[in-house]
Amino acid sequence: MTLSSLLLLILFWSDFAPTPNVFLITAASTIAFQLLFMFFIRKRNSIPAKAGIQKHYRWIPDQVRDALREDIRSPLITALSLTLLLKANAIWIFPLAAFLAMASKFTIRVQDKHIFNPANFGIVACLVALPDLVWVSPGQWGSAVWLGFILLCLGVLVLSKARRGDIAIFFLLSWAALIFGRALWLGDPLTIPFHNMQSGALLIFAFFMISDPKTTPDHWSGRLIFAFVIALIGYILQYEFQVREGIFYALFITCLCTPLLDLMLKDKRYQWGKT
Amino acid sequence: MGENMIRFFVLLSLLLIPNAAQAFCGFYVAKADTSLFNKASKVVMSRHDERTVMTMVNDFQGDVKDFAIVIPVPTVITRSQVNVTDGKIVDHLDAYTAPRLVEYFDEDPCAMRMLEDSVMLRSAMPQAAVMAEGVSNAKALGVTILEEYTVGEYDIMILDAKQSDGLLTWLEQEGYKLPGGADKVLKSYIKQDMKFFVTKVNLEEFEKSGFTNLRPLQVAYEHEKFMLPIRLGTLNADGDQELILFTLTKEGRVEPTNYRTVKIPTGNDVPLFVKDNFGEFYQAMFTEAVEKEDKKAVFLEYAWDMAWCDPCAADPLPNDDLRELGAWWVDSPDDEEIQPMPRAGRMIAPVPAPVNVFVTRMHVRYNAETFPEDIALQVTSDRQNFQGRYVMRHPFKGAVSCEAGKEYYKALPKRFETEAQSLASLTGWDVADIRNRMSEAGQDFDIKPKTDGRQWWERMWEDE
Repeated sequence: MTLSSLLLLILFWSDFAPTPNVFLITAASTIAFQLLFMFFIRKRNSIPAKAGIQKHYRWIPDQVRDALREDIRSPLITALSLTLLLKANAIWIFPLAAFLAMASKFTIRVQDKHIFNPANFGIVACLVALPDLVWVSPGQWGSAVWLGFILLCLGVLVLSKARRGDIAIFFLLSWAALIFGRALWLGDPLTIPFHNMQSGALLIFAFFMISDPKTTPDHWSGRLIFAFVIALIGYILQYEFQVREGIFYALFITCLCTPLLDLMLKDKRYQWGKT
Repeated sequence: MGENMIRFFVLLSLLLIPNAAQAFCGFYVAKADTSLFNKASKVVMSRHDERTVMTMVNDFQGDVKDFAIVIPVPTVITRSQVNVTDGKIVDHLDAYTAPRLVEYFDEDPCAMRMLEDSVMLRSAMPQAAVMAEGVSNAKALGVTILEEYTVGEYDIMILDAKQSDGLLTWLEQEGYKLPGGADKVLKSYIKQDMKFFVTKVNLEEFEKSGFTNLRPLQVAYEHEKFMLPIRLGTLNADGDQELILFTLTKEGRVEPTNYRTVKIPTGNDVPLFVKDNFGEFYQAMFTEAVEKEDKKAVFLEYAWDMAWCDPCAADPLPNDDLRELGAWWVDSPDDEEIQPMPRAGRMIAPVPAPVNVFVTRMHVRYNAETFPEDIALQVTSDRQNFQGRYVMRHPFKGAVSCEAGKEYYKALPKRFETEAQSLASLTGWDVADIRNRMSEAGQDFDIKPKTDGRQWWERMWEDE
């Protein structure tokens, strides 16, 4: 339901929007790579198939059935983040980004938990490796309030299932504190930070990217620290070093600390589909 | 103490004049004679790596002694980093990137042929600001004059200030009236470690130069900041300001990162009377587009590889002019390597060298409320071509004798209606008025097929 509304959203926005085709290709790629990686990695590690298999699906090999049973929301959200935030000169970039995202998800792991946010990894890897072909457009979404509102609602929907929504709020609050603080320090009118907060790209980043339940710290206080560190690094990159895509690098760097935060602040691991 | 008024950067008040029809395929299309956009400025920015060259054009109409500008710059600008250039180069860039009207002539539906023509829209420019003489107790006020020199007809000072009130006091002591709110904005720039580029006209040099207009002023610097300061300019503007920003890059399109980019409507079929009113049309259309976006967008008018154009509103700029505008990575003819001689027996067609300059033309209408923040820019690798292009289709007017010809005439009123509706939605003009103007211009909604008046048997036996 949430995802279908997002699809509708994709269809009607602006001039530099990705076409539905781009989304379909990316979504197909993320799901396909998710299944492939699960198939091979599960096989190699001979993780037992889950119980509760329905009889009429018995003809499907265990690994594939497992993969299919796994919630496909995760690869879909990855695809959505990739298409919403990454811009490319060539369409083949998107399957590549999808592959990189999924590869990071299944191969870069600590204690059976992937470190990097898959979509963020895909975006950062492409930005670093193919600077002549890709870019991100932080201004693309403009600052229309209604759009912000819609995204907010949709975001809340996604998060209410993921139950890790607090991190998006923590992040936005940290970001707001930083840019309002900056405006006060500079003596700028508050219309400037308000304008900045209404950025659609910021909301997409907060609600669809960093809130990925699998790559955020398990304990809520860990998530609070995590969110603040992203905001701080992103702020420094953006305002001090003029790196427009600063928040993506900030998330990438901060993800490296997640295992540490988990070690210090223990809590239940998140699992898709379990609440 | 003079009563000079300081008017701030973005300077520049600009008139967008649909000027000079460039003949295309030998067809003349009339120019519109009304000035279009008031209070607008024209800026060219070249950017590659962290090198920026900013060219500010001004068409200051008042007494040149009243001219002065204050521009925040990210770094100290020394004498050799400033240049004055020929306004014609920017005019050329303006013409090359201008939104264009293309004209097609329907063929005889009973035969076939086509012609094309174009009109372009050209912006003319800005007008700027003011400052007087003298360096007094600058130091005491915490104002440091980092550099002071004359380039062409301009006297330039680079100021570093510790406190905005000191800077303000100093400028006021020098005889300038500052718009309200300037201190806050200056303070913000001071805290961001920006320097101030302060310019006035050196009257002696101006007279010596023999020019009647002030020439564009250019600044080159190397800094990671890639932005256009607009905040000072919004302070004393009554109402909206207009800015045309041209960028030259090696990689691709430039876009703002803190405002949305919207492509202006393009490719629409418009009625014939637009030809003589292209300026009026474009202005109305632009206003309509701005309103639709709540005045909060930057409009893309042109994005193209400088090596070519289609249709061309003006020829692409020669390499020397591109270098003059700051595209330092372009080969000048002197640097060109000597091409190896073609081997005997092989024909090599002359291929124009790749220019490697991507031009973007953005158009912004802004005020302090809708554009509270300076425009932050980024170079993207987007090399997709885009142009503002409007199409006029002249109906075939001759006599027709075939069935297809009659069908053609029958379909015309519907086509005219579509054009009228399209124009109405683009410009917000009343559709009934549009229909009237179309009829007056010869697009008759009751058009009847023209025949040569002969009966079919007369035509059948005409050769006998």
